[in-house]
Amino acid sequence: MSAWTVGAELPARTYTVTRADLVRYAGASGDFNPIHWSDRVATAVGLPGVIGHGMYTLALAARAVAEWSGAAEVLELGAKFTAPVVVPDDEDGVEVTVAGTVKAVEDDRVRLALVVTSGGSKVLGNPRAVVRA
Amino acid sequence: MSLDPSIVGRRYPTTAPYTVSTEKVREFARAVGTPYDGPEGPVSQVPATFPIVLAFAAMNGFLEAEEVDLSRIVHGEQSFTYERPVAPGDVLTARLTISSVRSLGGADVVATSSAITDPDGGLVCTATATLVHRGEAA
Repeated sequence: MSAWTVGAELPARTYTVTRADLVRYAGASGDFNPIHWSDRVATAVGLPGVIGHGMYTLALAARAVAEWSGAAEVLELGAKFTAPVVVPDDEDGVEVTVAGTVKAVEDDRVRLALVVTSGGSKVLGNPRAVVRA
Repeated sequence: MSLDPSIVGRRYPTTAPYTVSTEKVREFARAVGTPYDGPEGPVSQVPATFPIVLAFAAMNGFLEAEEVDLSRIVHGEQSFTYERPVAPGDVLTARLTISSVRSLGGADVVATSSAITDPDGGLVCTATATLVHRGEAA
């Protein structure tokens, strides 16, 4: 994307997350923490059930950024994992939506403020990215 | 069990060299839904969160050294600052440093920073993570 306008709202993207996605991500990333695939372990440590990897949610945020920017080089990316994304053991999974606003354009650096929600609630705190214009 | 605050400032051993392969990037990209390449070669960057593979290995070294069970860790925060894009063929290592440890509602909140470097010592990416460690229930 060549023209970034400060204040522009980027079209929200919605992605579906299923247990199969978490298993695939575990294998790809090397994060085999059982809270992401075992209800038994997840509930034993006080979680409501299997939760998605925070990094999977952040990867979906990065996916939206890549789609908006035409796969621009990412210079910074980050977020707090403020609420778990509980992923049910069914075919439908759970939806995660990524919205974004162009916060600043400084030389060739474009700063994006993101809003990442699931079930209508924010799941990431201060999700943000900086891409090269 | 809670973590000893004296670990602040501690650096853990550098991870074994990791060679970034096209196949691994492809697998990671497929898992996060961003196609990496097509018949004509790469169509995008390596996914931005790919360096977590290195940062995760560095974290595992820390957990092992401090005898902390992975299932007691919840990821609190993660950020990446990139000096350059990661590309297949890169040989990368990561080294984790503990930035701070504080106690919050019975959990240890551990801030870490992992420097991801190439064989010449050039910084490729800094990955900072906050790890929330929940001890055994009293």
